[in-house]
Amino acid sequence: MKPLLFTNVRLIDPKSDIDQPGRLLVKDGIIAGIDLPDSEGKPEECDVIDGQGAVLCPGLVDMRVTVGEPGYEYRETIATAAQAAAAGGITTMAILPNTKPAIDNPALVSVLKAKGDETGSVTILPYGALTVGCEGKEMAEIGLLHEAGAIAFTDGNKAVENTRLMMLTMSYAHGYNCLVVQHPEDPSLAKNGSATRGELATRLGLPSIPAAAEAIMIARDLRLAELTKCHLHFGHVSTAEGLELIRQAKQRGLPISCDTAPMYFDLNEEAIGDFRTYAKLSPPLRSEEDRQAVCQALADGTIDAIASDHLPRDVDDKRLPFAEAAAGGTGLVTLLSVTLTRVKEKTLTLPQALSLLTHRPAELLKQSCGTLEKNQPADLCMFDPEKTWLVEAGILPGRAQNTPFDNRVLPGVVTGTWKMGRKVYEKALS
Amino acid sequence: MDNTFGQHFLGIEGLSSQHIEMLLDRADNYALLNRSRKTPRTLLRERTLITLFFENSTRTRTSFELAGKRLGADVINMSVSSSSVSKGETLLDTAYTLNAMRADLLIIRHSHSGAPALLAQKVDASVINAGDGMHEHPTQALLDALTIRRHFGSLSGLTVAICGDILHSRVARSNILLLNTMGCHVRVIGPPTLLPLTISKMGATPYYSMDEGIKDVDVIMMLRMQRERMQAGLVPSPREYFRFFGLDRRRLNLAKPGALVMHPGPLNRGVEIDSNVADDPQQSVIQEQVEMGVAVRMAVLEKFSHIKAQP
Repeated sequence: MKPLLFTNVRLIDPKSDIDQPGRLLVKDGIIAGIDLPDSEGKPEECDVIDGQGAVLCPGLVDMRVTVGEPGYEYRETIATAAQAAAAGGITTMAILPNTKPAIDNPALVSVLKAKGDETGSVTILPYGALTVGCEGKEMAEIGLLHEAGAIAFTDGNKAVENTRLMMLTMSYAHGYNCLVVQHPEDPSLAKNGSATRGELATRLGLPSIPAAAEAIMIARDLRLAELTKCHLHFGHVSTAEGLELIRQAKQRGLPISCDTAPMYFDLNEEAIGDFRTYAKLSPPLRSEEDRQAVCQALADGTIDAIASDHLPRDVDDKRLPFAEAAAGGTGLVTLLSVTLTRVKEKTLTLPQALSLLTHRPAELLKQSCGTLEKNQPADLCMFDPEKTWLVEAGILPGRAQNTPFDNRVLPGVVTGTWKMGRKVYEKALS
Repeated sequence: MDNTFGQHFLGIEGLSSQHIEMLLDRADNYALLNRSRKTPRTLLRERTLITLFFENSTRTRTSFELAGKRLGADVINMSVSSSSVSKGETLLDTAYTLNAMRADLLIIRHSHSGAPALLAQKVDASVINAGDGMHEHPTQALLDALTIRRHFGSLSGLTVAICGDILHSRVARSNILLLNTMGCHVRVIGPPTLLPLTISKMGATPYYSMDEGIKDVDVIMMLRMQRERMQAGLVPSPREYFRFFGLDRRRLNLAKPGALVMHPGPLNRGVEIDSNVADDPQQSVIQEQVEMGVAVRMAVLEKFSHIKAQP
């Protein structure tokens, strides 16, 4: 492979605190160096890509993705998810284990990693099941799964309800220095609910889930983190109360982190409109006050990462009465663009936004990717922050189309994605 | 009565290094006598020893029984299933009954910590703790110490790793107390669900990694992994336990050359220990532990019975 030289780009690498126009050289799939635009010379026999002023940043690291494989391939396979990821500038994605069968067997971890490698465009980081079958009854083989390459442990979109089991699994995982990820929602309060409790759910006559279901689970698990010393991460946090608990726990020095998803800082409960099932999510879309609290927590550092929370569903899952429809929205293609709305609204700077999408999730998962540092694999994303695009469910890359952002015009167009220096996605600038 | 020791032997806690050395010296002597079959069969003549086991343990009970018989005591085994306890009698009722029978030595094993201590308050006989709940198993610690001392000459300065279910192990607690008293460096190794962090307050350094914990130790004490711990959700599976906390040849090679391998028995082969290691005559002293068990119990019976030791 010839060396690759990116010129005329705005290099942004939040990890290295770089935000400058310049050039980036890739050799043998590895970042060989970056320099300023007026540097002279270039390696002989190299391919040159003129970015025309676009941003060149590390390939995005998405720490919360559901893929239908194994068991629900009709919703999404690793191969189709990889297409969507590449179009969204994502080069690394951590996938949740609540498939069928669940990822509670070391052999499955190896299979998933290999399937990611087969795509050539995305690194798959499999989560291991925290409990057998993600059923919340018995501890999974955390040590063996970790040894096979599971990057952290979770039951995916199900909270571990049994407090003793949660304590034991956290304690046990701590022995392997493993991250445990919790879906912060009290299952007994969330059972059968489909919208956040409030005026809208009442008016629409929908079974509801109180926002406190999140805070209650977070409060319990913070106490368990204190007890076990285990690094605990809360996925897709969506309420002001939950975030305040996390903020206080961090101030006390607890080993805590959290992420949120674009839906929770861009949309509020009104998005379900008149029973719009694409906006039925788990956790449900919250009140405007909660949405603003999420924005605030992104800005003040309480939230450590933004993840797509990509949860593919098919038409039959969604074309049902709201209360019966499956919860979940796709998010790989829209992850970057929705995050850029925060930049447009000036609640985040561009480097801050990219930080939440690159090195910070990578560091939580103990990965060295998500940076433009020299000698790192050349996983790169190029995008034009000034351009906009229309989200159209039905023609999105990948199999799943159930996006809550359907018909939205979003900022930021991904123009190219590279994995180990190899182009895996390209959209011509016009 | 030997005034150096009290009436009862309830635990290692409270024993000085001098006490322990005395017991070990005496046990060493009995080990030699046992091998030459010249035990003083009159020492406990006309003394009655009752083994009172509320928990199954063929090995320990037989060891005490043999010790008593080799010293000439009348030995009676009281098993729980045939006792009044199964009919609802309390431990104190049992104590009063045994008192009335004027037993001299009571060897008690009980699933609850503190049961021997309670009995000791109510009986005239000397109470010997043969294992109480998760508290202490003092004669096991002594026999382990004797086995180690016979190989190294002294306990002082040795590094000993105790591996497995520390949380529920009375063997671990007694050994930590004894080994610390004798100047050893004690490490404890196990998954966090079986390794209370507060164990460091007892003078043992905790390790979650067997490979790290076992590095350069002189002695490795493996503990039996109870299957019910897995059922209780403390460990995911036997295969995972063996993979990360089982003692196999590779791991053994991380310890000092010639490190001793010990186990209180009975073994769970392929769960906490590989047969290849357990049966290795060069490093495994598991059978010697059993032999020293009888000698140690003879020494304990002698020191805690109301008689003077014979020369």
